[in-house]
Amino acid sequence: MSQINQDDKVKPIDFSTKAHYLTKAFRSPFYSRQEPLNHLKEWGRWADYLSPHAYTCSGIEYFAARNACTVFDLTPMTKYHISGKDALPFLNRLVTRDVSKIKPGRVGYCCWCDDAGQVIDDGTIFHLSENTYRLCSQERHMDWLMTNTLGFDVLLSEETHNVAALALQGPTSCATLKRMGLDGIENMKLFDIRHFNFEDTQLMVSRTGFTGYLGYELWIDPEHAEVLWDRLFEAGNLHGIKPMGDEALQMLRVEAGFIQAAHDFMPANATIRTGHTRSPFELGLGWLVDFKKPVFNGRRALLEEKKRGHRYNLVKLDIDGNKPGCDSYVFTKNKKRVGTVTSATWSPSAKASVALASLEAPHGKPGEELLVEIYYQKELKWSRVMAKARVVKEVFFDPPRKRQTPPADF
Amino acid sequence: MCDSMPSSKQPQNRLAGNYTREPESVKKYDAIVIGAGHNGLTNAAYLAKAGLDVLMVEKNSYIGGATASRELHKNWIYSNASYVSSLLRPEVFRTLELSRYGLQIVPYAGGNVTMSEDGNYIGSYVNPDVSRREMARISPRDANAKVRFDRDLMRQCRFIRQFMLSTAPDPTSFKPRDLMGMLQMGKALLDLGEDVIYDMIRLYTMSISEYLDEYFEHPLIKAAKAGSGIIGSAMGVMSPGTAYVLLHHAMGDVDGTMGAWGFARGGTGAIARAMKDSFEDNGGTLLTGSGVEQILVKNGKVAGVALENGDEYQADIVVSNMTLPRTFLECMDQKDLDPEFIRRVRNFKIRGSSGKVNMALDGLPEFTAFEGNTELITGDMHVIDSVERLEIAYDDWKNGTWSKDPYLDILIPSLTDPTMAPPGKHFMSVFVQYVPPKVNGKDWTDDQRDQFGQTVMNQIEKHAPGFKDLVLHAEIRTPRELENEIGLTQGNIFQGELTMDQLLFNRPIPGYAQYRGPAKGLYMCGSSNHPGGGIMAAPGANAAREILKDIRKPNTVPEGWADD
Repeated sequence: MSQINQDDKVKPIDFSTKAHYLTKAFRSPFYSRQEPLNHLKEWGRWADYLSPHAYTCSGIEYFAARNACTVFDLTPMTKYHISGKDALPFLNRLVTRDVSKIKPGRVGYCCWCDDAGQVIDDGTIFHLSENTYRLCSQERHMDWLMTNTLGFDVLLSEETHNVAALALQGPTSCATLKRMGLDGIENMKLFDIRHFNFEDTQLMVSRTGFTGYLGYELWIDPEHAEVLWDRLFEAGNLHGIKPMGDEALQMLRVEAGFIQAAHDFMPANATIRTGHTRSPFELGLGWLVDFKKPVFNGRRALLEEKKRGHRYNLVKLDIDGNKPGCDSYVFTKNKKRVGTVTSATWSPSAKASVALASLEAPHGKPGEELLVEIYYQKELKWSRVMAKARVVKEVFFDPPRKRQTPPADF
Repeated sequence: MCDSMPSSKQPQNRLAGNYTREPESVKKYDAIVIGAGHNGLTNAAYLAKAGLDVLMVEKNSYIGGATASRELHKNWIYSNASYVSSLLRPEVFRTLELSRYGLQIVPYAGGNVTMSEDGNYIGSYVNPDVSRREMARISPRDANAKVRFDRDLMRQCRFIRQFMLSTAPDPTSFKPRDLMGMLQMGKALLDLGEDVIYDMIRLYTMSISEYLDEYFEHPLIKAAKAGSGIIGSAMGVMSPGTAYVLLHHAMGDVDGTMGAWGFARGGTGAIARAMKDSFEDNGGTLLTGSGVEQILVKNGKVAGVALENGDEYQADIVVSNMTLPRTFLECMDQKDLDPEFIRRVRNFKIRGSSGKVNMALDGLPEFTAFEGNTELITGDMHVIDSVERLEIAYDDWKNGTWSKDPYLDILIPSLTDPTMAPPGKHFMSVFVQYVPPKVNGKDWTDDQRDQFGQTVMNQIEKHAPGFKDLVLHAEIRTPRELENEIGLTQGNIFQGELTMDQLLFNRPIPGYAQYRGPAKGLYMCGSSNHPGGGIMAAPGANAAREILKDIRKPNTVPEGWADD
């Protein structure tokens, strides 16, 4: 029967001491290596952990990810371990896509909904081995997952603190890992998982990432976190490796067109106001909804929506000029307000102001011309511009190398 | 003097030694407000602000009612009754310029903490990530379920908050304003969506225990949340209707942080003091030291008040901030009232359920649960393990005695507010539930009161050894003291229980929810009225708005609701 593995929650600090309240934020298992490299000493908080905004300069870190390779600590990401004979039917009930298509050794992107077909979160399913999965997400979901285990023979545990993880992203990432001794890394296809002997433990590598480029994610037990970091930087030294903080990651993921919970949509389980949630169709995730599955959460509501039509479209905008359209209203050419920008950045690669925006349907068809109301200030003087913008279909940065196997060395 | 006025007692001018007054020189005020609690002061201040000549009468020598702070031990300021603030409407704060009169509401940093017998505890912090981590320590599932719990509760808060600073519309009335009000309420309801409407009926009728069961699994987490469902109510955690009381405690905010609580700097009485200064600056007159003997009625209209000291004052408008029963059963001639009205007033549910122990401490107690944690003890502290223990505490009340294992809401305001006690010393406020209005059907004796105080101190001593040695002075208040000193009937802190049968257009009683009493010119502005208790100032403000409407004066009272 379903149960929580109670042992997993006691890491990484010892709760048996009554002084545990002194630890308000955890240090990542990579902290000893991050701290000296974090020249700016600007730490943010990502869920339970300290997480650097930037180590030296977010612009430099951004270019390192597009030009060489960067290391981003993703230990704080929520991770659940799901196993047992009903692991697959459980996941198939939970998420909208068909999980049986994610074979062992493969990773799949997914989203999951409440009964009303509103997105709770998106994430990735790692099919580690037969009947064993890892589910990664931005938010925490133990309550929803446990509710969903009813009737399934699965073992569910949170392993956020038990797995240290690094994202190595950028064109020289494959060469770096090759030099580190991961034989055959170049043969991994996008969304592949491989296990390597590393030091005296096992290192799991997946060809995944949040930057929309060639890249890998490395998963290891926290005890080997520091040696992994050291070996990675040793090997990457000749390939331009740099640590990267979350400011650069935000630029990269918007360029790549990736959405993020609490930025581009509100998790349905946390949304107070009526109408502020979104369905998968309204987030451009319709391709993740598989009605051929007879049962999954939100299916009835989503079928209904399919008939009725949806309320919003999440689109990519290419905005004229050089001002990023953060927090802006979006208007039609006739000045009718039809939506808001949810994420925006200046794209140094595309040399364009790019954004993700949530528009009232039917607006948002590729090619549609819109106006984005951008407020910006220069030396404390505020200006407003109604910048022309176009809805675009393709992501702003999508080089063939992303899918190339084997990838080039640089 | 005032011979023409009907009065059950012949007024005697006992204090007349140093002055005499001719009948024709008796000053007639535009309005008299009875009771200088925070609602009375709010009401009087708004009337004065509108240009009325207002007299405020208060039975005690000090002001504040249940919003009072007195120096009962030298150099210690007590918050004698109410001790925290969250519901005080910012619109009232602003328009009465309470900041100009020195009022500061300081949120406390500690959130809250609940200690269990076995030495464990569950804390809550201002930072949501830290709070979640703390909950996950004992239940990862509950830590996540709290997101859903907060969402559902906040949806209901956003609905109910709209009606706090406005008069409840009467669903039986065909007056345009009532029809509009009902329409508005209906629209707000529809805006919530169907799920939230279903939830609302359930929340208003369920017990807090059942409601929490729908979200949480860990007994300590449920116990920590359940306390808010019973405060000020003579109901147990398993009694239907207690889920709403939780909502009443969650709908407040400090500077937009929903559900946050804070201290008034200088003690709770600082709120009343600032309101009094605002009232007097607007030309109002305050008279303390004598209670109202009777509200005078002539030909179905109010004519003024007769005080216990024999003085009489005239006005065409009399506003009572006293409880509903005290106003009509104790301070009016029953002949002036309809029997049906009197029957309803007598049936008004205003059972006392709580007491208060206020203490001057020689130092800071050390709680064994958290080894010198100075953050959690700045918030509200509780010693309870389970909802079952809370229910057993209620059983004692039903059996006519105070709880032997009571629910405590312990605060040390002096950790936040440097004005409360000398440096290094502390003031501790302990709200205690359950405490009955009578012990086994008989009036409280002083001896029983002291035994009750010992029960409370022993309970704290268990979690903080050596605590009792720190107590320099204690003010122990049972419902007897709350009624005799503050005038709260049966010692009910909300001037009437917050159950669905006594809310909105049924508060305090059907047909009288719009602050108007049964005689012309008679108004009610206390917490017996919509939207109820807590230092909200909404009943006082709403009543002032109604009065100004009746006498066709421009409105000086804010109304409505600023979205969060």
